[in-house]
Amino acid sequence: MSASDVTLRLPSSPVALDLRPAPIIEPSEATGHGEGGPAPKRIVVSYGFWIFLLSDIVMFSAFFAGYAVLAGNVAGGPTAAELFDVRNVEIETACLLLSSFCCGVATLAVEQRYERLTQVALLLTGLLGLAFLSLELREFAGLIAQGAGPSRSAFLSSFFALVGLHGAHVTAGLLWLGTMMAQFYAKGFRPDICRRYFCFSLFWHVLDVIWVAIFTIVYLLGVRT
Amino acid sequence: MNDSVARAGFSGTGDLAPGQRDESSRRAFATGLGAYLVGLALAVGLTIASFWAADTGLIYGPAVKAALVTLAIAQMGVHLVFFLHITTAPDNTNNVLALAFGILIVFLLMAGSLWIMANLNHMSVPMNELMRMQR
Amino acid sequence: MLGKLTWQAIPFDQPIPLYSAGFVGLMLLAVLLWVALKGYVPYLWREWITSVDHKRIGVMYCVLALVMLLRGFIDALMMRSQQALAFHAAGYLPPEHYNQVFSAHGTIMIFFVAMPFMIGLMNFVVPLQLGVRDVAFPTFNSVGFWLTAAGALLVNISLVVGEFSRAGWLPYPPLSELQYSPGVGVDYYLWALQISGLGTLIGGINLVTTILKTRAPGMCYRRMPVFCWTSLASNMLIVAAFPILTATLAMLILDRYLGFHFFTNEAGGNAMMFVNLIWAWGHPEVYILALAAFGVFSEVVSTFSGKPLFGYRSMVAATMSICVLSFMVWLHHFFTMGAGGDVNGFFGAMTMIIAVPTGVKVFNWLFTMYRGRVRFSVPMHWAIGFIVTFVIGGMTGVLLAVPPADFVLHNSLFLIAHFHNVLIGAVLFGAFAGYNYWFPKAFGFTLDERLGKAAFWCWFVGFYVAFLPLYAAGLLGMTRRLQHYDQPQWHPWILVAGVGALIILCGIALQGAQLFVSIRARRRLSVPMGDPWDGRTLEWATPSPPPAFNFAVLPNVKGEEPYWGMKRKALEAMHLSPEPSYQPIEVPRNSPTGFVTAFFAFVLGFALIWHIWWMAGLALIGAYATFVVFAWRDKVEEVIPPGDVARIDRANRAARALALQEIHA
Repeated sequence: MSASDVTLRLPSSPVALDLRPAPIIEPSEATGHGEGGPAPKRIVVSYGFWIFLLSDIVMFSAFFAGYAVLAGNVAGGPTAAELFDVRNVEIETACLLLSSFCCGVATLAVEQRYERLTQVALLLTGLLGLAFLSLELREFAGLIAQGAGPSRSAFLSSFFALVGLHGAHVTAGLLWLGTMMAQFYAKGFRPDICRRYFCFSLFWHVLDVIWVAIFTIVYLLGVRT
Repeated sequence: MNDSVARAGFSGTGDLAPGQRDESSRRAFATGLGAYLVGLALAVGLTIASFWAADTGLIYGPAVKAALVTLAIAQMGVHLVFFLHITTAPDNTNNVLALAFGILIVFLLMAGSLWIMANLNHMSVPMNELMRMQR
Repeated sequence: MLGKLTWQAIPFDQPIPLYSAGFVGLMLLAVLLWVALKGYVPYLWREWITSVDHKRIGVMYCVLALVMLLRGFIDALMMRSQQALAFHAAGYLPPEHYNQVFSAHGTIMIFFVAMPFMIGLMNFVVPLQLGVRDVAFPTFNSVGFWLTAAGALLVNISLVVGEFSRAGWLPYPPLSELQYSPGVGVDYYLWALQISGLGTLIGGINLVTTILKTRAPGMCYRRMPVFCWTSLASNMLIVAAFPILTATLAMLILDRYLGFHFFTNEAGGNAMMFVNLIWAWGHPEVYILALAAFGVFSEVVSTFSGKPLFGYRSMVAATMSICVLSFMVWLHHFFTMGAGGDVNGFFGAMTMIIAVPTGVKVFNWLFTMYRGRVRFSVPMHWAIGFIVTFVIGGMTGVLLAVPPADFVLHNSLFLIAHFHNVLIGAVLFGAFAGYNYWFPKAFGFTLDERLGKAAFWCWFVGFYVAFLPLYAAGLLGMTRRLQHYDQPQWHPWILVAGVGALIILCGIALQGAQLFVSIRARRRLSVPMGDPWDGRTLEWATPSPPPAFNFAVLPNVKGEEPYWGMKRKALEAMHLSPEPSYQPIEVPRNSPTGFVTAFFAFVLGFALIWHIWWMAGLALIGAYATFVVFAWRDKVEEVIPPGDVARIDRANRAARALALQEIHA
């Protein structure tokens, strides 16, 4: 079951917070796998979010399927080889990968309740994510400016939709990250806030996994054909 | 900081949340950081390899696609193991099963769609010819 | 200022939608006024609208489904009557209107009747059968329900403000693209389904997590009731399939709103890909519905045969294999699109294979009844009616699974008859069986039995009279969705089908009467012990209706059919097990999060349909603000003191002790 601290001194704050939880209510002996009674909340919440992430991966795969089918339909317009800037993609990939790493460090910090390290790591995570997003938006703006917007051809439609969907997820993730940072600042390492943070870290890592698929299939393979 | 704080998520018996590591000591930070660093190094290496493989003339042309896909799958594996802590241990079974189901659906959807659409496109009248027939 | 919305959106020049909308609007206003004047609003807000209790949410889902059944059935009556009249004539429904009617009929029946009904039953029953207090994410559950309701509201608003889609219940491009459907109809469809689809996905995640991670102590997988297994499979399918629907509809939205070219004729779009992707969702969707219904029948057949379900392990295996196989057959919905012999042959064979585990289930139900003491209650009527009807429908399905046969019968009335055969036979009959079976658990009194049986017979006879002629008409070449026709050999069949629809109307009227009469006679029909059917699973161990916390103490499950085991022990020992020590119980607090989120979702959908961009932006901000407010809550649970728990449980125990005494007297 979740930890029960009587008092907790946060390293950087002089105030002792009484985080004594409500009396233990449930007499179930939760041994996990569901059959020892309901699993503890940490597991239930993360597992539920894991299931959501799998559904998200299926949604991405539908867009991937669309991209794979339509990638060749350039309607006499510009092709991937003509449009994609691989250098830019390298920098984007580096940003997102480092962002994922910082998120991992933040996870460790949350587990150990290091307040300052948590906020710093989360800030870096966010800044690197923001860098990724701005590079991507710049790429999109550039493509649209040269007449290679999503309404030019089916190939470009599927490109903008797939990569744009990933970017939209990153944007939503950044909003979530900001909310999490605010909550850690305002309420400390309360168990339910930590549970939500662990869900965020799952989300952020999976976004990087999907990016691996995108830069391989869309950019690297696209430039070759 | 007492130990129970670090053990905040540990269920104690037989099940782990996705993303949860099975460690409960003060050294957890150091070992955890080590794992993330190894994962980062591997991921960086695989990424550089991917970008290099796409460009280089050293790999037989038609094999580049297979090489890139393999490197991508390897990097996804690195993410799963080092960042998401998905392992094959019995306390992770539920998480792995869920992931396997998801991957199965993704495979069926992608392979099925590609096979079906390729056959449909092969058998279809090209769109410009079709539009000409309309007039 | 208001985008495309003008006064022209209201159909002042079309009498049928105008008067029907006016009538419904007046009725709604009357009901709301009555509720407000009687002072029920605080009660409704406190106990139902902001409730996060899975039982309340389950009931609300079923209420939504029953109300939308009326709307969808009226559409059906309109179609049948139009076709009966329109032989060498124009009928009374102009084509633009008729097309909206059949599109609305399908959309409403699948998304706002069948899905909510099954999800409602699963929501209500699964936590009780698992022996736990609620689903894994109760507030989220409320969000899921209200989003579904918001989608339903959007579809219904389209009757009054604007128009509905004319492109069928699955809007194939290029007809559904902006060029050929420039009005708001398709947009209403798209946004209503995106919003309710999100709600459905939320519910799916909730139930999968509940079943896999929260069960009573001792309830391992092989002690779970079969209804929980089918709910698991059904919700796994929801989680796997609904993202495909979201993605495909999103692609169509991008085409219509931002000029993308996924499915257009120009610039390289591929309309066939829509058909492929939408059916990759569409086929698992029907199994989502069917598996849930099969679960209801497993419970009903075993309870009313007085025997445990025959072949538990083969049932579970069949259920999970149907779950996986349902993702390997979707091309049979478009054999005629031209993928060729290889592809058609593969998917045709897979379609036949998926009939095998379904057959295993049918045999298991039959063997459960064999040598049992069968009681012909109302749910059992529906169950036996299901077995007969569904097997016929399944056989016509196997017939259609043969690609050459399908080339002749695709999109004919034969197809319509087939899918109504399986959908009504399995899903609707299952819904009604579950409704009659679990109504006493939810409300504390049974439904009137005579009226229930009369309603069943009207539905059963009416179904065959309405749909068997359509098989014949289909074989004679009549295609679907015809607003008028002039083939004389089809006419008699269509007339008979019209009569069948009227018989079903009697059935629906009798169900309404059943509910009305039962509520009035609720004292006579009450079930003090909470177990009117001599049930076998844990939900019957609770009082009717169950208290907010379900079980005073989580049961310790020692074998399959734990409640049956408890009853056996009590009967042998001639007294109940000893009173447990009562602890305080934490229950999640009610929350308006679901209702408020759905309100913003509705406003967002409406604004996007009518291109009122500033309103859409505000709605998005409102939705995000709701999320932040919810995340910022400090007090999320309430504690029920042990005294209250003891009082409720002691009343339940007293009723059961009394029943035990009466058995031994």
